[in-house]
Amino acid sequence: MSASAKISETRFADIVGPDYVALDPEILSSFEIDGVAPAAVTRPGSAQEVADIVRLAAAENLAVIATGSRSKLGIGMPPARYDVAIDMTRLDCIVAYDPGDLTLGVESGIPLHKLADVLAEQHQFLPLGVPFFNRTTVGGAIATGVDNPLRQLFGTARDYVLGMEFVTGEGNLTKSGGRVVKNVTGYDLHKLMIGALGTLGIITKINFRTFPLPPASRGFVATFDTAEAALDFRHRIARSALAPSTIEVLSPGVAELFYSDAAARIEPAALRPNLLSNAKWTLTSGCAGSDRVLARYETDLRRMAEDAGAIDIVMLSDDLQAAWGRMREFVPIALASSPATTIMKLSVLPTRIAEMLERGAAEAARAGLRWVALARGVGVIYFALLPSDASENSRTEVSGAAARIAAACSEFGGNFTVPWCPAKWKSSLAVWGPERADFAQMKKLKTVFDPCGIFAPGRFGGGL
Amino acid sequence: MNRDLIRSLEQLLGNDGVLSSREDLLLYEYDGSVEVARPECVVFPRSTEDVVRIVELSNRHEVPLVGRGAGTGLSGGALARHGGILVVFSRMNKILGIDIENRRAVVQPGVVNLDLTRVVEHAGLHYAPDPSSQKACTIGGNVAENAGGPHTLAYGVTTNHVLGLKLVLPTGEAVQIGSSALDATGYDLTGLFVGSEGTLALVSEITVKLTPLPETIKTLLAVFDSLDDATETVVDITSRGITPAACEMMDGWTLRAVEAYVHAGFPLDSAAVLLLEVDGLREAVEEQAESVAEVCRLHHAREIRAARDEQERDLLWKGRKNAFGAIGRICPTYYVQDGVIPRTKLPATLRRITEIGRKNGFEIGNIFHAGDGNLHPIILFDARNEAEFKRVVTTAGEIIRFCIEMGGAITGEHGVGMEKDHLMPLLFSEVELDLMRGVRDAFNPKGLLNPGKIFPTSKGCGEIRVRPLPLAGTMAR
Repeated sequence: MSASAKISETRFADIVGPDYVALDPEILSSFEIDGVAPAAVTRPGSAQEVADIVRLAAAENLAVIATGSRSKLGIGMPPARYDVAIDMTRLDCIVAYDPGDLTLGVESGIPLHKLADVLAEQHQFLPLGVPFFNRTTVGGAIATGVDNPLRQLFGTARDYVLGMEFVTGEGNLTKSGGRVVKNVTGYDLHKLMIGALGTLGIITKINFRTFPLPPASRGFVATFDTAEAALDFRHRIARSALAPSTIEVLSPGVAELFYSDAAARIEPAALRPNLLSNAKWTLTSGCAGSDRVLARYETDLRRMAEDAGAIDIVMLSDDLQAAWGRMREFVPIALASSPATTIMKLSVLPTRIAEMLERGAAEAARAGLRWVALARGVGVIYFALLPSDASENSRTEVSGAAARIAAACSEFGGNFTVPWCPAKWKSSLAVWGPERADFAQMKKLKTVFDPCGIFAPGRFGGGL
Repeated sequence: MNRDLIRSLEQLLGNDGVLSSREDLLLYEYDGSVEVARPECVVFPRSTEDVVRIVELSNRHEVPLVGRGAGTGLSGGALARHGGILVVFSRMNKILGIDIENRRAVVQPGVVNLDLTRVVEHAGLHYAPDPSSQKACTIGGNVAENAGGPHTLAYGVTTNHVLGLKLVLPTGEAVQIGSSALDATGYDLTGLFVGSEGTLALVSEITVKLTPLPETIKTLLAVFDSLDDATETVVDITSRGITPAACEMMDGWTLRAVEAYVHAGFPLDSAAVLLLEVDGLREAVEEQAESVAEVCRLHHAREIRAARDEQERDLLWKGRKNAFGAIGRICPTYYVQDGVIPRTKLPATLRRITEIGRKNGFEIGNIFHAGDGNLHPIILFDARNEAEFKRVVTTAGEIIRFCIEMGGAITGEHGVGMEKDHLMPLLFSEVELDLMRGVRDAFNPKGLLNPGKIFPTSKGCGEIRVRPLPLAGTMAR
């Protein structure tokens, strides 16, 4: 029996109510992943309904994929099977918020920007300044594991997620961790959910520790002739007593992207003119604290930038958010800048960043490809290849260059993936990087969490 | 134990690498907790290859296997509950690599926590997780338990500082997980294995992050005449968004016990003290210290003393970190809990603990990581008095249930081990425990690795088992 025939007989409507099951082809197509549409869309209103849907799907061997705002569905391989979409956006409540304890529990479908507003009323925030910020749900940001500039100081979600509730592949509603800031009770299963793209469980609730908003913030922007000089500045900051909240290096060409109409559509706040030079390398750094602390940052950063050979230095205060917004949205802006943008994520040790960028630039040039890069000070580089069209010829050039860049990354002891590229090119790119020795251990977990293999089959690396 | 197995182990590790006589084994039936369990043999591997061979032998003979560092654990995690081979990592104590520029180190599991800091502090770095037993405890043990410590308030616990592990799986297979570069592809296996209490794999190499030492440190001692004032101060500091590097609390009873032993200068007539530390940039530290002091004054601190120099700071911390040793001097047996609560519930919880103690006829001391809401109530008792021992069990059970009612957890840093396994059903449903058991069984299919830990062995829930020791535990918490 075909999946759609099974679905028409399967009583999802008994679980969520008839208003919350869609079979209309137009709606189904809006849930497409890499051109594959589901046979039904369900919109559960509670965690228990999610569990009931999954249990039914498991019994019928239907493949399910949980979705939020659908802003990052391009990450990962096309689904091998995709019968039912579980739209999580009705689960959008703040379950518990104890500002005095700096802890928070939310349902996974809550939009991140909406949550940020609630936290801001209490002068708090979550360091989840992720791309697609104005659309993404909290669950989507966590399930895709996308990082953000604030990881320089705050780490990634694994460092501030305290616990989760999630549904396993057998339809069991379970949890791990808790809502207190320190806890070693039981296995940290929730850490496995971060970045697993919904292949181990469907996240229904997430507990976070929150952070106090600083009294004031500043941005420091320094321009350099070479990547090496910009990274030299990065290393000087690392050796100093300063602890900036962000350190990001932008390659030549980023200015053109950031000042484009596409960028203005994605992040409307206007970027100060001439802040970035299109021919140069730029290091931007964010710092926060009182006026005295900020003054110290300015003095020290200025001195270190000059020592590293900066050719221009600018401080940002009032128009800081606009600059940060565009940096946060580097990925969507790059995706809008070519008909076939291919973005590699390259993670190397900080001392290898400059070499990695140089190799990337050389390989892109050799293939005649336009490129831009954003490198975080912690060693994570987003390297975007921007071919002029999506032709077969471009595919060959991009996949060749990407393979050589990937080889360099491996040679430097780094990790790489290709999180964003045209769907049709995925078969010719190492989307999840090289086969790792520990994939076999991950498979053991997949079998425990999703024994029937109904969660997002084929989407994750290593056949997970 | 099977003589063949011991002979094979001796062939592998040499005669000095295996202990099997009764008197030698006695030393290994304890850790820092009140639990007791004797292994049948103790082995000392020197390399990953040795560990692999030991695992293979345990498999062939179907004998349990338990990893152990320095034995400072507080939940019986490194005790051979069902006998078998205790694998002690004290000879795998080499620092394999240090990368100052990238702030990474690769260590063997037997490296003592503080030794790593000592080796890198010349370069302005340290290994941030600092359990109170850091002079003795090993990084391997820290990884198994996901150890915390006073400074984890600002710096995070062990899991926040571990990037990769070399595992020796119960099948005998050695495999590297995670990586020195960030964001290893795939599931966060490192996040799962850190804190899995030695039930999923033995660890033979650990890749950690190193953290810069702060430019300035300011240590304050705030003295209070009322316990409520001290706890309200912690709530207020937290809710104002001030994050000290450490915020430790000691009640009057405890500080008197400590002062008699350490002479740290704690005022003997006070109801509670807070040991507060702020660190970072000079300018920020001055401001933070002033904000902290202001909050203390607002809550009627009768004195706020700043450590004048490194020596005075060390003395204050010595008082804190050796507190449990001090208590061991005054009572034959004590029981320490490790519950966690939301910080806003601190005043109510401390009041409740006092009430519970009074009702059951105990004076309960409190010395704990206040800034994290991680409590360590200490109940003193005489193990020879059976009726009193039963009252301890009831008292401890009441305290942990109250923590859970407040939205808390049963252990913040000591681990579940064999001490709190019966409490797990208070927090997790049978379905949730079954999922965790499924994970354990996926890696540890025969159940030979550290059996009898974490998971309740019977269906009965909420009973605390405490087997008293003839001697007080003296390891620092």
